[in-house]
Amino acid sequence: MNWLDTIVQGVLLGGLYALFAAGLGLVFGIMRLVNLAHGDLIVLAAFLVLLLASALGLSPFVAAALALPAMFAFGWALQFVVLNRTLGKDILPPLLVTFGLSIVIQNGLLEGFSADSRRIPAGALETASLQFGPVSVGTMPLLTFLSAIGVIVALNLIFYHTDLGRAFRATSDDRATAGLMGIRADRIFATATGLAMMVVTIAALYLGTRANFDPTMGPARLIYAFEAVIIGGLGSFWGTLAGGIILGVSQTIGAAINPEWQILAGHVAFLLVLLARPRGLFPRAVD
Amino acid sequence: MSLLETQGLTAFYGDFQALFGVDLRLEEGETLAVIGANGAGKSTLMRSICGLIANSADQIRFEGRGIGALAAPDIVRLGIAMVPEGRKLFPSLSVEENLLVGCYGRSGRVWTLDTIYDLFPVLKERRDSPATALSGGQQQMVAIGRALMSNPRILLCDEISLGLAPVVIRDIYAAFPKIRAGGASIVVVEQDIGQALAVADRVYCLMEGRVTLTGTPSSLTRDAIHAAYFGAHTT
Amino acid sequence: MNDHTLPSPAWTVSMRTRASSVSAAVALVVVALAFAVPFFATRAVLQDLFFILTMLVLAQGWNLLAGYAGLVSVGQQAFVGFGAYAMFAAVSLLGLDPLAGILIGGLAAAALAVPTAFFVFRLEGAYFAVGTWVIAEVVRLSLAQWKALGGGTGTSLPSGATRDMAGVRLVADWLGVRAAQATDIVCYWLALLLAVATVGLIYGLLRSRHGLGLAAVRDNREAARSIGVDPLRIKSFVYLVVALVTGLTGALIYVQKARISPDAAFSVPDWTAYVIFIVVIGGIGTIEGPIVGVVVFFVLRNLLADYGSWYLLILGLIGIVIMLFAPSGLWGLFANRTGIQLFPVRRILTGTHNAQTIKGVPHG
Repeated sequence: MNWLDTIVQGVLLGGLYALFAAGLGLVFGIMRLVNLAHGDLIVLAAFLVLLLASALGLSPFVAAALALPAMFAFGWALQFVVLNRTLGKDILPPLLVTFGLSIVIQNGLLEGFSADSRRIPAGALETASLQFGPVSVGTMPLLTFLSAIGVIVALNLIFYHTDLGRAFRATSDDRATAGLMGIRADRIFATATGLAMMVVTIAALYLGTRANFDPTMGPARLIYAFEAVIIGGLGSFWGTLAGGIILGVSQTIGAAINPEWQILAGHVAFLLVLLARPRGLFPRAVD
Repeated sequence: MSLLETQGLTAFYGDFQALFGVDLRLEEGETLAVIGANGAGKSTLMRSICGLIANSADQIRFEGRGIGALAAPDIVRLGIAMVPEGRKLFPSLSVEENLLVGCYGRSGRVWTLDTIYDLFPVLKERRDSPATALSGGQQQMVAIGRALMSNPRILLCDEISLGLAPVVIRDIYAAFPKIRAGGASIVVVEQDIGQALAVADRVYCLMEGRVTLTGTPSSLTRDAIHAAYFGAHTT
Repeated sequence: MNDHTLPSPAWTVSMRTRASSVSAAVALVVVALAFAVPFFATRAVLQDLFFILTMLVLAQGWNLLAGYAGLVSVGQQAFVGFGAYAMFAAVSLLGLDPLAGILIGGLAAAALAVPTAFFVFRLEGAYFAVGTWVIAEVVRLSLAQWKALGGGTGTSLPSGATRDMAGVRLVADWLGVRAAQATDIVCYWLALLLAVATVGLIYGLLRSRHGLGLAAVRDNREAARSIGVDPLRIKSFVYLVVALVTGLTGALIYVQKARISPDAAFSVPDWTAYVIFIVVIGGIGTIEGPIVGVVVFFVLRNLLADYGSWYLLILGLIGIVIMLFAPSGLWGLFANRTGIQLFPVRRILTGTHNAQTIKGVPHG
């Protein structure tokens, strides 16, 4: 086994997991909502990109660009119409409603697209690779990782250098007082979920072009996203990337030892971090 | 027409009634003080005006328009800003960010970051600190500055001297002439009667959710205030 | 135990309602009738009732966790699957009687709950939910490595194992039925016993001092701590008990199925989604809710059985709508209108003008 190669592949896989996780962490950080349908929304977005790409004969990147505003609008409406009603002191309504949503999306996709595995065609990019010394790096995994960094940079800019970002953080701190500043929490939450769905669309682009996907694989993506968020802690989006990388590397190392151990190794790494650092590696200062 | 007027204002916390028909009037350029003992309904009155508590639309009028049923984000857009009791700064935001978030819903020319820093120079030095790392008095300055950033027509100040040392309170009230010069009419809620009488053009005294006394500071006797504050039967 | 009186003679605290006295009598009749079903019902009916009863037990367990202890788990399939696998191991590998296997399944699930609790109790609220799911995945993936029990593809019970189960021969001879039917009858009676015992256990728990502590923890953790209720201890206890019951049920279900695979035994839709749906639609936080819910669920299942994934889609939508617009479920709607409680666990203050009438009521 080539250790260096295994670790590099794991780091790149971590980029995909960070993309899964960024949207989940964004929404949780602002409104303390864990969206159990997050993974299914990624798969939904992948089908949307596939549909746009195949129906209009577009490159997957152009199709994803078209899907971005659509997914933003969908996320905005989902939060404004449905999920805002569930927010409150009781944790049951948001959990159970998003769990129901997960089942609805999964079975809706099964009904619409059947259980067959699909892949978003990306032409020559699918197999292209670059050679860095002894390590061969797939172009798609590299693009995924760079996109994850791009997404995190963009989210940081929004969060720390815009009115919207200040409104996000103020609402997260104290919704009532934010209202005194003219911040309408219901719209802020809707915008946050819309933004999360844009990140989800980018994640979906790479989920769909790198490997096969089918309507039932959402819950596992939710779990990876969740693990990356918890490992990273809620302190920063960079922590989420670190969480994704730890998960990715654990999985590739596990797989290198025994292919059946890939997923299990990731879960075990998550449990170990939970044991040692219950608030993650980079926890939030104010909670 | 008054700038702000409440007519027969009632307010409830669930089944508990906190205000029983409060009539209050604020004219353009005026500073009002609302005094009263703990639980008299002062804070409830402020929370009703700024939209944190919902009331019937016509019970609160801003330039003649019924605003009682509006929510806080809409009220601040009309030009009514609140300095909440306990300051309620955003702990995840720096001092400057707390000020900037104050102009999210509404902004204007008079109060900007620069003029707020002129008003409270110490905040400029601490602009990048987390807001909650400041002393109590400085935090209160941030809270007032944050409310001013919306360039309000009316500034509501709820118990801004609570828990602060007298010298600090004096510093904060020293800013009031400039705030008035900036065009804001002011309502302060105070338990400290001396401070309230010193700053206000007119005073309202509340007891058990009702207005028991109103007038200019010079027209009110100590005994009248005492009776209105504690009730006739108290020794 | 059941009636508490305050020091003042003019008021009594009671948990008994007229409906509950009637329902106690009705419950006895229902249980007696349910016991007698195998004497006249067909095998198909018996299997449907077995399904209803086992789902009811799982739903009551989840309801106790989520509705009373505030522990929203989406990983109860861990205990279903682990209980079932432990039973399979006991029967297939150790050659034990399936009845013993069921007990071992329950105990194994309870044993699994100990290390599990250690991890998931570090997580709060929504994190707890996903944490339980991760644990269930870990258990599923680990058991899929167990080659002696078929690894990822699963295995069947040794032929004849269930026919040799304790009591099957007896029932076959007594009722004059074939061994396969006798197995179904024994499984059915076990499910009935489990269901009655679970409802009784939860009812008793909620009416006891611990029930009050549980309500205190659910409503306000800090306040509960200040009156001497240890939230972690009471939650751990509930988590452990529910794991035991869930494991017993999982083992029993797989005695009847006689074939196991990791994907089926740890299925999220089968053992968690359906169970949550049953509790939500019936009414979370009541004992009556899951009973109503399981009946509605069974009817919907039969009505929509031919529509494939539309069925789950519709269940999901119904669940969302109920949670948004009638969060207390069907039973909650009914109870609010009528004030009827069949399993009263709330303490009711009843006042009398004449203190004489209740003189002599012993202090509880």
